[in-house]
Amino acid sequence: MTRIIEAVDLTTHFYTYEGVVKALDKVCLRVDHGITFGLVGESGCGKSVTVRSMMRIIQEPGRIEGGKVFFTPKKGESVQAVDLLSKSEAWMQGLRGNRISMIFQEPNAALNPIMRVGDQVAESFLFHRKKSMSQKILTDLGRADTVVFPGTRRIQKALYALSAQTPKARILTLSRRIPLLRRWETRMKKEAFRRATEIIGRLGIADPDAVAKNYPHNLSGGMKQRIVIAIALACKPDLLIADEATSNLDVTVQAQILTLLKDLKKTEISSILMITHDLGVVAETCDRVGVMYAGTLCEEADVKELFTDPKHPYTIALLASVPQRHQEGELKTIDGTVPNLVHPPSGCRFHPRCPHVMPKCRDEVPAFIPVGENHKVACHLYDVFEHQGKSDV
Amino acid sequence: MSEEIILELVDLKKHYPVLGGVLRREVNTVKALDGISLAIQKGECLGLVGESGCGKTTTGKAIVRLHPPSSGHIFFHPKGQENPVDIAALSPRQLKGKNLRHKLQMVFQDPTTSMNPRMLVKNIVAEPIQEQEKLSPKELEARVVELLTLVGLNRDHLFRYPHEFSGGQRQRIAVARAIATHPEVLVLDEPTSALDVSVQAQILNLLHRLRKKLNLTYLFVTHHLLVVKYISDRIAVMYLGKVVELADTETLFEQTLHPYTWALLSGIPSTEIDAPKARILLEGDVPSPLDPPAGCRFHTRCPFALDLCSEAEPPLLATGENHQVACHRSHETRSLFHSYTKEMPPAAR
Repeated sequence: MTRIIEAVDLTTHFYTYEGVVKALDKVCLRVDHGITFGLVGESGCGKSVTVRSMMRIIQEPGRIEGGKVFFTPKKGESVQAVDLLSKSEAWMQGLRGNRISMIFQEPNAALNPIMRVGDQVAESFLFHRKKSMSQKILTDLGRADTVVFPGTRRIQKALYALSAQTPKARILTLSRRIPLLRRWETRMKKEAFRRATEIIGRLGIADPDAVAKNYPHNLSGGMKQRIVIAIALACKPDLLIADEATSNLDVTVQAQILTLLKDLKKTEISSILMITHDLGVVAETCDRVGVMYAGTLCEEADVKELFTDPKHPYTIALLASVPQRHQEGELKTIDGTVPNLVHPPSGCRFHPRCPHVMPKCRDEVPAFIPVGENHKVACHLYDVFEHQGKSDV
Repeated sequence: MSEEIILELVDLKKHYPVLGGVLRREVNTVKALDGISLAIQKGECLGLVGESGCGKTTTGKAIVRLHPPSSGHIFFHPKGQENPVDIAALSPRQLKGKNLRHKLQMVFQDPTTSMNPRMLVKNIVAEPIQEQEKLSPKELEARVVELLTLVGLNRDHLFRYPHEFSGGQRQRIAVARAIATHPEVLVLDEPTSALDVSVQAQILNLLHRLRKKLNLTYLFVTHHLLVVKYISDRIAVMYLGKVVELADTETLFEQTLHPYTWALLSGIPSTEIDAPKARILLEGDVPSPLDPPAGCRFHTRCPFALDLCSEAEPPLLATGENHQVACHRSHETRSLFHSYTKEMPPAAR
């Protein structure tokens, strides 16, 4: 399988008053084409920081200190992978929302309260799809039945022809400042709004025309989350990142959204990177899972294998602490608390809480080693496997 | 478990007025609680589940009388007293005069916002004790330390501020504060929803132990069904201000009768990979409590709704031992669920 995005030794630090928070420590993460990858962990373990670093939307006082993020857009094409960390900000803006897009956690915070939701979805089109929209409008203008303000058909055609070629042409920017000429753009906005309504309708919302004209406060939580998903899906991205997309929703609405994402995975998008703290959600929707602890990736495996045969002591403890349908006896707990990342523990970051701690764990950072087919773990308990693997070679 | 009833809610209602117009007149009411009747037995843990806005928290707050109910009765049977007291009818002053406040305590959802950030842990836990009895500073401190040990903290934590603790520890402090006055009933309002899974397990185990040790009665309000299953003896499922099903935990999970309960149960994402999944997907959202649907409140989203459901409201009727359900089709829902699962296309399962 080919990778769509791969982070290699990604390191991100936050420079706060208390000191340097080592939020990510050499995280290696690989998402292949056509799969749903789940990233789980407790709060503060660096799940969100990982994907935000990959998208380069880390805010001050955070800084990406090192590593590489490779992105390979389309499946099958022999395109060279690009390192996102070496690209310019302008180039990244062309990528975000277009090839990679993100669903944010809190729909209330992600939506602008004073814009109609349709306009918010339409923004994606106005930013990334000017060319194709201009082409569409040009053919519309060619038809005789399109209503045009008398005498402006020719100039509109000329402007849209230019826009279809080079959307950033200086004349177009200029024309936006001239009062009458400015009006040519409304046609573009209308087209974007039409496309927005179309995509809102595709997400299982009844009466999309009415909903698109609503403001966020008119909609319920589940609807708002659908709108956020519509914004992310507008440009048909190759990779969709869902950051706790269902965490604040009720069980029945969560079930609706998860089913929607599953269906979209089949039809619209190739890969999903799903961040969640809910192990149940991962078990239901993902193909592959990565477990994070205190800024490091500690285990990565296929979903079935991870839940039936977890290897890392942290994964084992985490799975045991979730109440089950057929729970017997007391819940198992993990002693202690998540460490402060200003002074992370030496060696393996889990060693102060680990039941199988060895002297080695305090000094050496465990390598991320394979312990089976498609199963990797960062733990000294499995160092034997590495040696076996080497002797086989 | 004794069959002695400690709290009895009878047709409890709580309507919040919606003000409008220039004169701020009451134009409508939010029917947060619309006539619920429940009996909580001594020493049990009753779980109250439902989606957001269904009135779970309002019920909890009404029991500790953080707000007065609009109508209905809450009969409380305190220890050593012959006659029950109707908490709903008492004024706050009378409640305090009759020494009832300290017998009903509450643990809130978010430990960060439910504690004064400027108070030391010692004072946070001591405050309710001082309100009840006069103790010398030494005795008071000994009592606070005793409470902290009970919840798994120690003397070192006395002189610290809430921000110095992790979420789990803060929730422990909140529990210590709630049990400080020797309560008989503890209302736990989503005590673990702000916590991580590993910490959630610690708090659940703590609450479980405390109940046995101090002989407490819990009303456990949550939206998380697996949590409530772990800790509760009986579960009441609420929808739009009404109780739709009430049963023993085992019975509720094994012999679900109300379609809404079934939808909730099947909607839980499970970590059991190989478990067979028969999911029922509800359309749309919970209707507004401003204008709840006529008849059965669930009929707008129910896959098995009949004409009758939109006309008459089903009463909460007993269908078996310790099992009550409010559904017109409760006698046939089991077979309905069965056929529904069979009809579903395999992809949707």
